[in-house]
Amino acid sequence: GCPKRGLRSQVSAALKEGRVTPTELCQRCLALIRSTKFLNAYITVAEETALKQAEEAEERYKRGQPLGILDGIPIAVKDNFNTAGIETTCASNMLKGYISPYNATVVQKLLDQGAVLLGKTNLDEFAMGSGSTDGVFGPVRNPWSYSRQYKEKSVPKSHSEDKEFNWVITGGSSGGSAAAVSSFTCFAALGSDTGGSTRNPAAHCGVVGLKPTYGLISRHGLIPLVNSMDVPGILTRSVDDAAVLLGSLAGHDPKDSTTVQDNFKPFELPNLTDVSKLSIGIPKEYNAPGLSSEILALWSKAADLFKNAGAKVVEVSLPHTRYSIVCYHVLCTAEVASNMARFDGLEYGHRSDAKESTESMYATTRREGFNDVVRGRILSGNYFLLKQNYEKYFVKAQKVRRLIANDFVKVFRSGVDILLTPTTLSDAAPYMEFIQEDNRTRSAQDDILTQADTCAGLPAVNVPTALSERGLPVGLQFIGRSFQEKQLLTVAKWFEKQVQFPVIQLEEVKRHDNDVFHHQKSASFS
Amino acid sequence: MAARGCGGVWRRARQRGVAGPGSGPDPSPRGQRAVACNTRGGAVPAGKSGLAPWVPVVGLEIHAQISSNSKLFSGSQVQFAAPPNSLVSFFDASLPGTLPVLNRRCVEAAVMTGLALKCSINKKSLFDRKHYFYADLPAGYQITQQRVPIAVNGSLSYSLCIDSKMSQMVTKIVRIKQIQLEQDSGKSLHDDTRSQTLVDLNRAGVGLMEVVMEPDMCCGEEAAAAVRELQLILQTLGSSQAVMAEGQLRVDANVSVHRPGEPYGVRTEVKNINSLRFLAKAVDYEIRRQIEELENGGTILNETRAFDSKLGCTVPMRDKEGKQDYRFMPEPNLPPLILYDAKSLPANMNHQQVINIDWIHERLPDLPSVKREKLVEQYGILPEHSFTLLNEDGLAEFFESVVKQTQMEPKKVIGWILNDLLSYLKQYSLTVKESPVSSFLLADLLNLLEKKEISSTAAKQVLAELWKGEGKTPLEIVKEQKLELLQDQKELEQICQAVIDEQENEVIMMVPG
Repeated sequence: GCPKRGLRSQVSAALKEGRVTPTELCQRCLALIRSTKFLNAYITVAEETALKQAEEAEERYKRGQPLGILDGIPIAVKDNFNTAGIETTCASNMLKGYISPYNATVVQKLLDQGAVLLGKTNLDEFAMGSGSTDGVFGPVRNPWSYSRQYKEKSVPKSHSEDKEFNWVITGGSSGGSAAAVSSFTCFAALGSDTGGSTRNPAAHCGVVGLKPTYGLISRHGLIPLVNSMDVPGILTRSVDDAAVLLGSLAGHDPKDSTTVQDNFKPFELPNLTDVSKLSIGIPKEYNAPGLSSEILALWSKAADLFKNAGAKVVEVSLPHTRYSIVCYHVLCTAEVASNMARFDGLEYGHRSDAKESTESMYATTRREGFNDVVRGRILSGNYFLLKQNYEKYFVKAQKVRRLIANDFVKVFRSGVDILLTPTTLSDAAPYMEFIQEDNRTRSAQDDILTQADTCAGLPAVNVPTALSERGLPVGLQFIGRSFQEKQLLTVAKWFEKQVQFPVIQLEEVKRHDNDVFHHQKSASFS
Repeated sequence: MAARGCGGVWRRARQRGVAGPGSGPDPSPRGQRAVACNTRGGAVPAGKSGLAPWVPVVGLEIHAQISSNSKLFSGSQVQFAAPPNSLVSFFDASLPGTLPVLNRRCVEAAVMTGLALKCSINKKSLFDRKHYFYADLPAGYQITQQRVPIAVNGSLSYSLCIDSKMSQMVTKIVRIKQIQLEQDSGKSLHDDTRSQTLVDLNRAGVGLMEVVMEPDMCCGEEAAAAVRELQLILQTLGSSQAVMAEGQLRVDANVSVHRPGEPYGVRTEVKNINSLRFLAKAVDYEIRRQIEELENGGTILNETRAFDSKLGCTVPMRDKEGKQDYRFMPEPNLPPLILYDAKSLPANMNHQQVINIDWIHERLPDLPSVKREKLVEQYGILPEHSFTLLNEDGLAEFFESVVKQTQMEPKKVIGWILNDLLSYLKQYSLTVKESPVSSFLLADLLNLLEKKEISSTAAKQVLAELWKGEGKTPLEIVKEQKLELLQDQKELEQICQAVIDEQENEVIMMVPG
């Protein structure tokens, strides 16, 4: 039958009961990382330190003093979070070989709770992209490309076409983290979400992707894309696991002045039995141009699910959503231009050999260090920030952002608890198809359903919902009120239970199948 | 004085103009200030053109390093002359992913300074990024307060002597446009022979208060006097050590000249000024240069110039020629800086987390102007003496301490302090604290003088002896050197007789003469 999800009786319990040791668990994961290397999910695998951390966890379990539910749990971290002693590259030539002297707050928190850091996951260069195809280490492949489900349903267009060309993208920019979780190489991964970078790949890879409220989780140590929108994201195989991770990461950080002062109390998610008091909003603007009929149908089916269970389902309007892409483009590029100014080759990172002058060294360093996408955004951002353009673009975009945010405030004030939307316009595109369009066009298309809420800083979560006709995952998104993660995830958990999203059937994993992988496949550690 | 010499050019031009037909008195306050600046007088040869005089306009931008244990946005220590790059946090070096955390002490220092300069304190101020590429600016931008600074619309009154004898003082006011918090940059050292640049980030991120003074001044001496007063205020508050030689106080002067009634002329910015004397010199040189340039039919470029203290002139700075667009942007990593007063202070707020303007206001120390008034009132000394007392660090306290320990009138004590002690200190380049003669010893000496046990001449001899710092008391010195004044008539007669007896021959010779 279908494995149980979200149970503390899974891996964590197995560790506690000694049915599996942290070292065994870590070794299995490392082996799996090796056998799924072709996915290109990891940039760096920190085998040595991971095994050491696992050993330490094992000692704690032996003493009967584990640090908590995360002790000994293998995790992966997107390669735009600083990790002391482990390379942090942002998938860019600029930071290739860069070893940070400090841990991001979120990384430190995970380590402090005994998590085992397996490695750093692949992404679009500096998280700029929606496919995880534009990093210097090459594209990430969606594990579902190699699933039985996909292989059975996708018919090669012609016999001459190489099987190699059928693989689909993970979405992005946290594609490495999504692929890592989806292919069982780790139990949870950190991503980052600015315009959908956690939820989008989560949807394409069939995992849970949570973007918490802005200010709930520290950004200290996350190499920024857009400081005013970046949120560390959580990728897991169940909603319960996402709640566990959230509980271990959330809270004020004196090193990040934009985190909220209020104490955060970790929570366990209740099993919702009655949804009749819930009001679910269906924003009509999310029926966006390009939304596949398949997803539209799934979306309305989900709405019906709530309605049939007694919830109030209402159509709502977020009229300024349609401006979110342009608004985001201006604000994002402006902050990118500013944030990237520090990469001059002096203190760290790539430095070119140009020696004619300091200016020529800066210029060559930055040309060699950044890809076209990054350079393009720097260029437009600086243009928007020019004195004569500032009011026209930046200030206007800020005002539009306010309007977009106000739309949400109004809807929630009208009594709606949670918004239900699609996460992506379609299922994952084959790589060859995806790269036909340039990064900017793709980002503009793909982020359309995940940007507006970012402008408002709201929490949102992707829940894997069903498989498409091609056998690829499709997810739906729940958007909640600010700092109402518990309500958001409770509803998401109820929905997760209703839809019974199938487990990926990976040939690679099958080969290694055993007790441990039974636990792993059962998805949850909590 | 060279500075006065420089000033002569515009003074003579203006005086001639003011006296000339058709040029009524300038109704603007600046005109009046210009006239006040004139009162030092002097020979006034005629200028070349027969036009109205020139009105110089001087505004100042002053960067004061905040006296704080740690930097504005990081926990790194602040220390002058530490080994290069020994005080650099990850944030200071702009390592990716680091974030600024505002230092409470720096905010308090800025609020104190704002209050002392009669500014209105903004209860909500904002931080911005100012972008430019420079080796000693690791992030590629400086965090500053461009849009809404912490304090605005203040004023500073300062005094200066209007004659060379330092006996007539005039008080003036310069408006303070704003005070903003911002980061200092690091330091670049250019090694031309090896064609490399060395960067020291110890100073990078140290908290600065930029004090912007409106162009209400008209000559170097006014500028120097205003900065001196600001320096005293900062030192009194403890918000900055404000030592110019150590770069804790850096002054940029904006200088322009125009004809009365006409709009301001094109201004230049003079940088690289590291003492008050050079400030006066640089401003006066620049005014003279601009007038000469204009009178010779030239134009003034809106440029940045550096003061060359060796040559005593300003020269264009090469590296800042191109017009910069700083691409200002709100700093997204810092929420607005919110300050409270007694009224707005939320009841349930943790007091460690908020800054209460009223609380700071109540605890402001006496400012130099108040201290001077008190000195004049309490001791009956001249106002100009009160200035000298405050200009030397610790001298007023020294004076008061002497006064307390002696019966001598304060009016007489001040002479000993300002004429004798101060000239010794100057001669040996010592601070008041380093003086080998303590206030106790000086009081002791003055008591001997006051009791007429020694003469004034002898007292000076004793002071010279005390200055050697050999640990003797004034009385011991007096006895050793037999400097007592004789009170006994008989004894005096005997001494005289003895002298006469010894020198009988000379006496005999003198008698017929």
